[in-house]
Amino acid sequence: MLKLPIYLDNNATTPMDPRVLEAMIPYFTEHFGNAASRNHPFGWEAEEAVDYAREQVAKLIGADPKEIIFTSGATEGDNLGIKGVYEMYASKGNHIITCTTEHKAVLDTCKHIERTGGEVTYLEVKADGLIDLKELEAAIKPTTILIAIMYANNEIGVIQPVKEISTIAKKHGVLFFSDAVQAVGKIPVDVNKDGIDIMAFTAHKMYGPKGIGALYVRRKNPRVKVTAQMDGGGHERGMRSGTLNVPGIVGFGKACELARLEMAEDAARLSILRDKLENALTQIEETYVNGNREHRLPHVANISFKYVEGEGLLMGFNKNIALSSGSACTSASLEPSYVLKALGLGDDLAHSSLRFGLGRFTTEEQIDYTIKSVSETVLKLREMSPLWEMFKEGVDIDKIEWAHH
Amino acid sequence: MYFLIFKLPYFQIFKLTKMAYSEKVIDHYSNPKNVGTLDKSKKNVGTGLVGAPECGDVMRLQIEVDDATGVITDAKFKTFGCGSAIASSSLATEWLKGKTVDQAVQIDNMDLVEELNLPPVKIHCSVLAEDAIKSAINDYRKKNGLEELVFEEKIH
Ligand SMILES: Cc1ncc(COP(=O)(O)O)c(C=O)c1O
Ligand code: FES
Repeated sequence: MLKLPIYLDNNATTPMDPRVLEAMIPYFTEHFGNAASRNHPFGWEAEEAVDYAREQVAKLIGADPKEIIFTSGATEGDNLGIKGVYEMYASKGNHIITCTTEHKAVLDTCKHIERTGGEVTYLEVKADGLIDLKELEAAIKPTTILIAIMYANNEIGVIQPVKEISTIAKKHGVLFFSDAVQAVGKIPVDVNKDGIDIMAFTAHKMYGPKGIGALYVRRKNPRVKVTAQMDGGGHERGMRSGTLNVPGIVGFGKACELARLEMAEDAARLSILRDKLENALTQIEETYVNGNREHRLPHVANISFKYVEGEGLLMGFNKNIALSSGSACTSASLEPSYVLKALGLGDDLAHSSLRFGLGRFTTEEQIDYTIKSVSETVLKLREMSPLWEMFKEGVDIDKIEWAHH
Repeated sequence: MYFLIFKLPYFQIFKLTKMAYSEKVIDHYSNPKNVGTLDKSKKNVGTGLVGAPECGDVMRLQIEVDDATGVITDAKFKTFGCGSAIASSSLATEWLKGKTVDQAVQIDNMDLVEELNLPPVKIHCSVLAEDAIKSAINDYRKKNGLEELVFEEKIH
């Protein structure tokens, strides 16, 4: 029997894998030690567990365990990675290149840097959501110290040309930071093959616990350092002070191990389900897939259903299906998704979008149910939509003079 | 035990949706009253089209008036927007039927807010419905050689 509600918002967060929880539990009670307590067994146990998890995490991304700095999540990782480089390499320059579709944790960090005297170039993306490599290279100047481009986008799932970006960065002696939150554990990410120097990722997007993440900081070719953003006991090689979250780290390690072993299978299964969902929903007239369909995460689909508004659409089934919309009215702000707008989508299409994020626990039965519910709601709301009626009558909606508020 | 913990997020999602919309909004959304189109070429039909696609909300509200009595005999709407906008327009059409045009002018968006229990972020959806009513009335007046009424702008 199909259990409701169905969770299809795995880009926001993932449920924790029960195997991860199982690994964590002893570290709350029995093995509660502080990993920095060097002189008794409680501390040793905790340190051992952290070391083991550090290896599991490093292995997933092809890194050395010494290159993993545990953080509280990717927001911290983005801040530490970008501000840390900005401060550490201040004598080399003050210019950072990023793009307009980054997560707020990157964009707002860059805004902060601008306020403190730094210079930031925000590259626009093409209509498919990818950056233009020529524009990237042209934006580099003698003062450029960092390129910060995400691995995969959280709203539309497009995968940036990471290898090409790192080649350009290397050629110009610029460091390359990537927010890889949505990619790590879902598709193969290898910091050496990909040429990434600093990378932020987080456990709760890959079936691990919330509140724990990591910053990868390269130690060889080149050796990278970031300035700590919090003062304290000098944990994590002085880059991130604070008593380590041992249960979280253990869970993160386990989640990374599971991802390494099961990622290929999960991705293959989910891409079939995603395609089924997408193909069925795009059978509906006037629906559009947002973002590049080829360079895209296997479990994500972002679709605009023209002439119906996203929040109204969600209301038709959000008791039973958890999804998110790019519409303004669902979020606190009144602007629709800045990511969709950056693709050049009109506000109307941005308002009409839904993001489907499949995950390890998504079943075909759930997808079938979703196809049915979403299609029915779209058709029902179009019957109620004045825009749909105008479209059907051949009225050019763009030519109407709307009263703007 | 794992099972229980695993279930928690789902439960919370459910609670949130229940908090976000009042019963009455859900009811109008699920069973909207008076969805449809009146013949706008008729002299006794007034049409109001307000909002803009870029803002994520467009509302069209129409009234049909009995010329002899000034009573609104029929009202229809179509709305592109959130559930609260749909509910506001659905309720507005219900209220309009049977009222005279002069009575209809008195409908205030805060009456809709109260009846539907709209939270503050959804007040603009009700303002849109009030605007649609007034715009339909003015369209009717214009068609019938009457002067258009001037209304104070409400803050959206
Ligand atoms: C691309 C991206 N970066 C950063 C974050 C923030 O991660 P965290 O929740 O671990 O702070 C998220 C998640 O919301 C994300 O999707
Ligand atoms: S129409 Fe925008 S929130 Fe209701």
